[in-house]
Order: sequence, then C-alpha cells, then structure tokens
Amino acid sequence: MNESESIQAPSLRGRLEALAQSNGISRWDLGASCSTDTSVQVDRGEAKQMKGAQRSAITVRVWNGDGLVGITSTSDLSEPGLAKALAGARDASAFGNPDDIPAFSPLATAPLAPLEQPIQEPISILTMLETLKGAEAKLLDSHAAIGTVPYNGLAQRSSERIYLNSDGACRQQKLTTASLYLYARAEETGRKPRSAGAVRLAYGAGSLDIEGCIQEAAERTISHLNYRPIETGHYTCVFSPEAFLDLIGAFSSLFNARAIIDGVSLSNQESVGEQLAVPFLSITDNGLNPGNVGASAFDGEGTPTAALALLEAGVIRNFLHSEATARHFGVNPTGHAGMGAKVSVGADWFEIGPTPGSGGGQQGLNQNQHQSPLVVIDSLSALHAGVKASQGSFSLPFDGWLIKDGEKHSIEAATVAGDIRTLLKSLVGFEGAAKVTPDGLCPQVWAEGLSITGEA
Amino acid sequence: MSTTNPATCFDPSWRLRLESLLSAGSGAGADLVEVFMERTDHLGMLAEQDAITSVSPAFGMGAGIRVFRGERDGFVSTNDLSEAGLLSALDQALGMLGLLRSSHASSGFDGLQDLRDFGLSKADWLERCPPLLDATAKLLEGTARLEKHGDHLQARRGSYARDWQEVLVAASDGTFARDIRLHQSLGLNVLAADGDHRAGMGRRYGSSGRPDELRQWDADASAQEVCSSAASMLYADYVEAGQMPAVLANRFGGVIFHEACGHLLETTQVERGTTPFADKVGEQIAHEAVTAIDEGLSDGSFGSLSMDDEGMEPQRTVLIENGVLKRFLSDRAGELRTGHSRTGSGRRQGHSFAAASRMRNTFIAAGPHSPEQLLASVERGLYCKSMGGGSVGPTGQFNFAVEEGYLIEGGQLTKPVKGATLIGEAKEVMPRISMCANDLELAAGFCGSVSGSIFVTVGQPHIKVDSITVGGR
Repeated sequence: MNESESIQAPSLRGRLEALAQSNGISRWDLGASCSTDTSVQVDRGEAKQMKGAQRSAITVRVWNGDGLVGITSTSDLSEPGLAKALAGARDASAFGNPDDIPAFSPLATAPLAPLEQPIQEPISILTMLETLKGAEAKLLDSHAAIGTVPYNGLAQRSSERIYLNSDGACRQQKLTTASLYLYARAEETGRKPRSAGAVRLAYGAGSLDIEGCIQEAAERTISHLNYRPIETGHYTCVFSPEAFLDLIGAFSSLFNARAIIDGVSLSNQESVGEQLAVPFLSITDNGLNPGNVGASAFDGEGTPTAALALLEAGVIRNFLHSEATARHFGVNPTGHAGMGAKVSVGADWFEIGPTPGSGGGQQGLNQNQHQSPLVVIDSLSALHAGVKASQGSFSLPFDGWLIKDGEKHSIEAATVAGDIRTLLKSLVGFEGAAKVTPDGLCPQVWAEGLSITGEA
Repeated sequence: MSTTNPATCFDPSWRLRLESLLSAGSGAGADLVEVFMERTDHLGMLAEQDAITSVSPAFGMGAGIRVFRGERDGFVSTNDLSEAGLLSALDQALGMLGLLRSSHASSGFDGLQDLRDFGLSKADWLERCPPLLDATAKLLEGTARLEKHGDHLQARRGSYARDWQEVLVAASDGTFARDIRLHQSLGLNVLAADGDHRAGMGRRYGSSGRPDELRQWDADASAQEVCSSAASMLYADYVEAGQMPAVLANRFGGVIFHEACGHLLETTQVERGTTPFADKVGEQIAHEAVTAIDEGLSDGSFGSLSMDDEGMEPQRTVLIENGVLKRFLSDRAGELRTGHSRTGSGRRQGHSFAAASRMRNTFIAAGPHSPEQLLASVERGLYCKSMGGGSVGPTGQFNFAVEEGYLIEGGQLTKPVKGATLIGEAKEVMPRISMCANDLELAAGFCGSVSGSIFVTVGQPHIKVDSITVGGR
C-alpha cells in the first residue's frame, strides 16, 4: 500500500464533519479500512492463479435527534459515496432500537498498549510464485503417495484501519501480514485418498516458516495413509491444540455478553463465579499475545485490546463486552466489539492451559506410552454445521488416530459427539507445552468418555 | 485510497472505456482479458422478540479484471472504477503473467459486441421492493407469529436481507452483457428451552427476481413450521450412532446431493484433481434411480440467473441420468483447463473473486414412489426431515448435520432424535440412493467455495439411502 492509497484520517474526519453538519448530524462515529493483497496458487509446478486486490470500506454510525442509532457501510469513499452513506445511516436511525442504544466507548481515547508489529516490505508476486512452487515441489517429493497439493496459497497483505468519532477519538493502525497454507492429497494403490495440511502466519512473506509448513503438511498427510475404521464407542480423547481451540471458539458464546443478553448463550447474567470446568483449566482471551500475528490494538468501538481472564480454575471470571453490554452489566468494555446498530461481540485470541498452581490435572500424560485405547483428534471439520452453540451439543467429523496396544493408526472416517459442559468437566489433563496457533495458545488436551462414531 | 467519483450506473458510456482497457490488455499479449464490474445495494434487517434491533444498509462497487495467457491467469480487484484505477488494476494483472502494456503494440481485439442487456426490464426492481417501514412491519409480524405458535421460546429472531446487484461483463472475445439481480431472503429462528432441554430451530426462505416476495410471505405458515419442529426436538433423545438406512425429506434434504456429489462435478474440482469422477463421464456413478440436474432457469428460484458472471446465459445441465454421469459444470477457466464446455456456471460472490464453476439450482429429479413407500421399505433407520449445513473435503468425504430427525421403526416414523451427523463418501453413497419419491421441491441456500458465498437452490424429492453412517452418541 503506497502513501496515496493510505487512509488520510485528518482529511476523512474533516469531510465527515462537514457532511454531518450539512445533514444536521452532530454525533457520529466511523470505522474505515483499506488494504492491498497479493496471493498466488500453484498446481504441479505451474502457476494456477495469481491475485491482487485493493479494498476500501467504511462504516458510519449516526445518532439522530431522538438519540437513535443508524448505520451504513460502503466501499465508495468518494464525496458522493460518503454523502450517500451518511444519508443511509440517518434514514436507518429512524429504526434504531430505543431499548438498546449504543454509545461511544468510555475507553475510546484511553491509551493503547504498544504492539510489536514490524511493518515488512512486500515481495514481488513473481518471487511469491517461485517460493510457492518450491514449497509444492518439496511437499510432492516428500512421499511417493503425495500426488497433488490441491489447496495451497501464499498471500501477503498490507492494511490500515481507523476509528474516529465526533468526540475527538482517533485510532489508527497499520499492519502487514503474510500466510502460507499447504494441503496435500495422498493416495496409495487400492486405498482411499487421504489429505492433511498445515498453515503458517508471519508479518511478511519473507519471514514465513516455509520449511516448517512443508514438513508439518507432509508428516500429517503421511500419518493418515495407514488408516483403519474405528469401532463406535466411548473413548478417552486427546485434542490437538488446534482442535481444542476450534471447539472452544465454536462455543465462545458461553463468554459472550451479547449472547447472554439475547438469551442464546448457555451462560446467564449470574454465571460469573460458576464452576464451568475442571478446577485446573484456565482460559484467557488475550489479543495482545506476541504470538497473535495480526493483533488489533483496538476494537470496532475504539476500545483498547486487553487480556481478559474468562475462566480461572474452571470458574467463570469475566465476559466479553462491547460498550453497550458492559453498560448493561455495570462493568468496563473489554475491547471485543464490532461496529453496528446492534453491536456484535466476539472473542479475539485464546490462551488455554493449566491454572497456575493447580498441577494441571493428571501429570505426565503421554499418548505414546498410554496402554488403553486412545483417540487423538488432530483436526475438526464442519464446525459451522455440527456445533449447536445455544444447546451445548456438538457432533463433528474429525481427522485423527487411534492408539491401541502400542500401535497408532489413522482413523478412516469418524465423528466425535458430546456436550461442551460435560466435556469441560471431563478433562483429564494436558500433554506437552502450549503451542502457538493462528487462533490461540494451547497444549494438547485430554478428555475422557467422548462418543466416537466410526464408518464401518 | 481512491476518492474518484463512482459510477452511478453501467450505461452505454462505459463501452469506450472498456474497449480501450481490453485493447490495451490484448495488445500486451493477453489471450483473453475480462472485466467484471458491479454495484451493490444491500439491506440487512434483524428483529428479535418484538423489536427491530438492526437495520444495516450497505453500498458497494468495484471491478475485477482477469487476464489469461495460456492456461494461466492473473486476477486483480479494485474499488476504484476511475480510468486510472482500472488501468492500474490491468497493469497489475498483466504483470502477474510477465506482460507489459505498450502504447505501440497492436491488438487483435475487434471491439465489443452489441450490449446484451438482461437488466433492461429490471430497472425498477429495487423501487418495487417494500420500503423500510413496510419491511420492518412484516418482519415483526413474523416474530409475533413465532410467539403465537411456540412454546417455551427463550429467543425469537427474524432476519431479512435484500441484495441488489448490477453487473457489467466485458471481455476481449467480444462479450458485453449487463444484468441486474435481486435476491431476498427471510429467516426465522427460535430457541426453545425447558430446564436442561434445549432446541434451536431455523428456516430460510429465499427468491430471486421477485420484488414482492416479502409482501407475499406467509409469515404465519412459516412460524408454524419452525415452532412445530422446535417443539418436536425439545425433548428428543440423542440418536444412537451407527450404520443405518435413511430417508431424507424433500426440499433442503437436497443438501446431501449438493455436498456429496454436486461439488465434485464442478470443473474446479477436476482442475484440482480432487474429484473421483474426473474420468467417469458415461459411466454409472450412482444408482439408476438417480437423475440429477443443475440449472439457472427455474422462475424465482434462489440460484436462477439471466446470465452467469462471465456473461453467458445459463443452461439446464443434466449431470447424472439414471445413474450415468453425463457432464460437468464448467466456467471459462474450467473449459480452458479441462476441456469441458461452459455451461453458464461461472459464478462469484462479487468483484473481488474470480469466477469459478459453481452450482445454481441443483436437484435430484422426482421418481415414481410415494414418500410413504420409502418409509415402508425401512425396518429400522433414520428419517431426516430437516438438514443443517454440510461440507465436502478434498477426498470426496462429506458430512452434514440433521436438524430435525425421527426414528423409523417398522416402516413408521416414531420418536424424534437429535444430534445426528451424516458422513460418507460420494463414491460410496451415490449408488445407495435407491428410491426417489414423486414430491420434488426446492429450497434456498447459500454455498461457500473458492469464489465466495453465492445464492443457490438445493432440492430433491424424498429419497432413500440404503445405508449411511450416522454420527451420534
């Protein structure tokens, strides 16, 4: 993103102020973003697709004379585009909900925590292409059964976002990020095709751990070649960090104040202090963790991002809040808001692990030395369909392995089903050190008595 | 960031600018240059309990420029529709293929054909949709009807979305076409709760090209349907896991074909080598009871189109006839790379996605049986009345959730069961669809894939699958 494509915050503020004044609007706020992206995909040594994108978007909220809020988004930042957006927001404000009126966050001008996010220069798309071709070739060479890498991509992004409001708040953040994913498909004669992959994030394409991604994608794919069906039953399971983070993320409405107010969370307003999980589990939402590539310094309302303990020793300690939900609960906003007429609330980046001093459940857990049958859940899929967050239940296909009698076999096809509250009270302990993933930090998590259905 | 004036509509004045752009791209050595431009006007609305809690208009505009050379392509999207913005995007796309624009180069481009304007008769569609006040009133009627028909309702929600899109497609093969699309969708959701018993239930209704859809919506019948399903599932036991026969209801039951097989018949999958059916044209891949069709023609259906996102009019494509694979769904790139001719299936969410071969209205054709005959043929199995979402992986393994299910015992429906997920592989399941009923119906949905989230229809009559894996507890 060059300087001419950057958001000029002072200029944007001036234009908005003038337009608002001419429309009789005295109270407004605005979120804007712009980005440039480049990405490449390859197919067996040839470029498959190379993409570039320049995006800009703005969301403006206005408060009308009755104090009701309206909102409009647009990708057109021209003068007529802004005027149209402002008029749209003013029209929509007539339908604002008088029982739930968002206000400016009291923390919209509070100091921001410094973030260590080195801005990296983009590399040329042709260099990206050669890098990805090389990665694909190495992955294809890693095992005779790996025939294609049907899903792959190397991408880099330069982005900028701002938050402004008519009370003088002005937040601005620039960021560069890059990602690599390699998803291989392997097939042996007379056997079913198998697949697995890996992903890496960094602040620039030049600093991605490409070798690590290749190695992980290869190891995971190869490990699924030796597969067998699994007998349906109840098993002790070991969730990979990625799988457990996915599951907790899918049920994050447990901690979401908006969902609680709306009556669609398993928690309620009195749940703070409730024992939700085993007394050795802690969960913190911490977007500021240095492992969180692409961390936001502030949320959609300008509230600073901060670490927030959700679960300590299995007990619910806090909920995720926007300005409006925080006001409802009589607490401070937590930096988890979107921007809207009805403001959404969302989790950021989880830190999951043993509660300090608790011992972390059973000690010395090691799946390779376990005697009785053990199911290792490496990755979950179809979370959008198989999770009923408001009911607590899940039934999800997964990739993983069965460890039995000292042997480890990939599981041909299976689902894991259960109830999140039961699961959180059925944890046995943790294995290994916490791992940094794109969604958070987590060790391997053991749980007992989960229902596994195999395809026989 | 662009601060240029936006296009106010895609009128004939765009011809010269686009011809200049396409000529420049061709002159640089591109085999084909395609420009896709769009303007969008979206309205989202949410009603919860008895209040409107969100009204969210959104406007958008942008262009996507795709350049082909050989089998390779470069694609660049931008929000900047100014001449300079489009040229900059073209240069970037050309550069991806090692091409450079030159003012001296000659172009083989012969100019654009006469505009095929599918949007001409649709110019007033947006104005014919209900104004905000009427739309909010109708939505509140929906949540009020939920209250009337439901028991133990902890949350009631109604949502409405109106998506208007104007598109203009121009390509250096002369393609020049414009269209206006209008989609409306309505959703009703409830959460019923009684102690530890909970059941969430939802339904979506949608149409394309019908400005009166919201006005004519039968809110009472929809609310009754949702509440009845929630009541059935509130006290349901968890399904027992295992292999069993299943009867899948019509309408949204069609998601099984969409996920289990439809995606595998897109040339996108042929290109990636991720479909087991790539070399099976002319071969039996499904039970002879199965005929499957994809088309963009059914009047008012969510996946219907006047033209696809590459300017081609949609076809009625018979994918499988009596179990035999007939053809694949193909877009421009798919035709180039796999040899399967285009079917008017090049689709994308918007200008920031390159088109890909995607489904439109996809359904299994009606068969000779009654639904009762299908049930009667099952001694013990699962009846899937309502399906949730699903997905298919790169090896053809699919899964989807059963939102409302019942046990079949002795050929009859007995008790409701919850928590079921159906899993399997397309190659194995398609031959097991052994009976189709005579009650084909379609249902609106959204499909997410390589070119974004698009409007589609799924459908089928009641079908019987002889054996499928049911994940449960």
